[in-house]
Amino acid sequence: MRKLLSFLLLLVGIISAFAANEIVIGVAQPLTGSYAMAGQLGMRGIDMAYEEVPTVLGRPIKLVKLDNKSDKIESANAVTRLIEQYKVVGIVGTYSSALGIPATEIANKEKVVYVSPSNTNPLVTKDKPYVFRICFIDPFQGTVMAKFAVQSMKAKTAAVIYDVSNDYSVGLAYYFRDAFVKLTGNPKSVVTYIAYQGGDQDFTAQLTAVKRGNPDVIFAPVGIVGDGALIAKQARELGLKQPILGGDTWDLPQLIEIGGSAVEGVYYSTMFDVKADLSDKTKPFVEKYRAKYNEDPGYLPALAYDAYMVLIDAIKRANSDKPDDIRKALLTTDYIGVSGRIRFDQNRDAIKDVVIKTIRNGKFEFVTVIKGE
Amino acid sequence: MGWSLFMQHLVNAISLGFVFGLVAVGYALVYGVVKLVNFAHGDVFMMAAYFMFYASVLFGFPWLAAVIFGVVMTALLGVGIEKVAYRPLRKYPRINSLVSSIGMSFLLQNFAVVVFGGIQRSFPVPEMMRKTIILGEVRIQAVSIYTIVFSILMVLLLTFILQKTKIGLAMRILSTDFDTARLMGINVDNTISFTFALGSALAAVSAVFYALRYPQIFPFMGQYPGSRAFIAAVVGGIGSIKGALIGGFLLGMLTVLLPAAFPEYSGYREALIFALLVIVLVFKPNGLFGQEAGEKA
Repeated sequence: MRKLLSFLLLLVGIISAFAANEIVIGVAQPLTGSYAMAGQLGMRGIDMAYEEVPTVLGRPIKLVKLDNKSDKIESANAVTRLIEQYKVVGIVGTYSSALGIPATEIANKEKVVYVSPSNTNPLVTKDKPYVFRICFIDPFQGTVMAKFAVQSMKAKTAAVIYDVSNDYSVGLAYYFRDAFVKLTGNPKSVVTYIAYQGGDQDFTAQLTAVKRGNPDVIFAPVGIVGDGALIAKQARELGLKQPILGGDTWDLPQLIEIGGSAVEGVYYSTMFDVKADLSDKTKPFVEKYRAKYNEDPGYLPALAYDAYMVLIDAIKRANSDKPDDIRKALLTTDYIGVSGRIRFDQNRDAIKDVVIKTIRNGKFEFVTVIKGE
Repeated sequence: MGWSLFMQHLVNAISLGFVFGLVAVGYALVYGVVKLVNFAHGDVFMMAAYFMFYASVLFGFPWLAAVIFGVVMTALLGVGIEKVAYRPLRKYPRINSLVSSIGMSFLLQNFAVVVFGGIQRSFPVPEMMRKTIILGEVRIQAVSIYTIVFSILMVLLLTFILQKTKIGLAMRILSTDFDTARLMGINVDNTISFTFALGSALAAVSAVFYALRYPQIFPFMGQYPGSRAFIAAVVGGIGSIKGALIGGFLLGMLTVLLPAAFPEYSGYREALIFALLVIVLVFKPNGLFGQEAGEKA
């Protein structure tokens, strides 16, 4: 018995010595709740990245994964736990700007570096020196979609339907309207600008109001992919034949599963496509992902993969596990990721290309890439 | 606003109103008899959608068989929940059962997340329900017509059960006083079980119509219609079945007509709705049909 005990004690000693040497990286994603699908897809990217790079500075990386339950308060709690309980040196961020804004608030206050994979709302990084993002922001995404509507689709008028309870949706709707009005030169070109409330499943009131304005295109930057599918479905049932445009939240397989034939011909902006030639690393990543998960990677695994890699790259260049050193290294990042080249501007936002996709014959189809500026 | 557009809004409002109303009727029934606000009602509703989804997609039941299977399973689930979560607390203050029902709500949601997964699934919609009926410029979904017809049938059926059958009589007596009912030779446990079976079956029926209209199902799908139905039942006069249907109808009308009339203030919809509902309750504290609570019809 004594021998066994001393052996166990020794084992504990070894493990804790080993643990002290670990570099702890935290991830908080919505693994349950309304954004569960998105969170799980992001986790796949992080798992792949971790499998490829499980050590840095010659020390093992310990990856702590928490669920923020698609809830704004839980999102802040998860980041607090990562910092206080697990003592992480850096965090790979959550899906959804609405969850990202409270999460980054905490990380910045606690001075722990936070790299957001796909949050596009400007407030995620604004005035938060410890927060970085590797995707474009909504003022740019909204402008690109407005340009696409005006220049490629020859739209003169538009209607906007947005989720008033979702920061991402409110922001993107605003930037789209702003750009659309500027591009058409007509202050009345956005004929309908109407809100719904997150949780709504019935959009007939909003769509009937849209019908009255008879716009050339409908822009619906929904917070949850299912809302987009239901908006398309109910629009077609109400006899609206206009093309529907969306943002990056539309880029999930549920859009087709729930929307069926109603989502044929919708156009939306996103950050990644297997056919978009974004960098030399895209192809090997896609092949590896296909082999592992038996399907094409969407933008969420790709961006989460890159976010992890960018963080590790910074730790390597900083040659330190101190958040302040990592932060300094992050500022000078110039990394080629699977979603393209990643550098940060003065707001710690990446300048990235926008990928436009559509749905044809029940399948996602790549349309074009619009260069970041 | 043109005439056809107004009619379209009205059609949208009526069909959404009946969706809320149908869920609210189940709430009102259980409250009316047992005097328990069953916060798990919305989650029983969600479980019903999953029962039907799995029966149809996984086990390949024909659509109607899947629905019947779902209704029966949900009724059993309702009885089970009452046995496990409410019966042992019956002799304690009512607030205990209320808290227990909130716990049950979380339990069911998280059970669904773990077992069914958190992602949205597509609910199977049979061809005859997919149709859109076009009258001039006004379009009506076939599902909406079925919903309205079924809601009214359900209320008539419930009224019949409550007023004309022996078990209905027992339920009405129970709604006044458990102890006296027991003294009168009524089997309280069985009657309450029956009430929960009926209430849960109603949740299942409303889940069918809800999922046909909004064909995405997920573990938290019961929250929104559940809270709406609760409000509808309160405004209608909680415990009154007719009141629940009309309360739901009113709520649906407001939800559609407010943004329709004031699109630029659509972001304030919830605030406006609830301000109006507060005004209703200020003038009619027992809800619109509250005084009939003892009668339940």
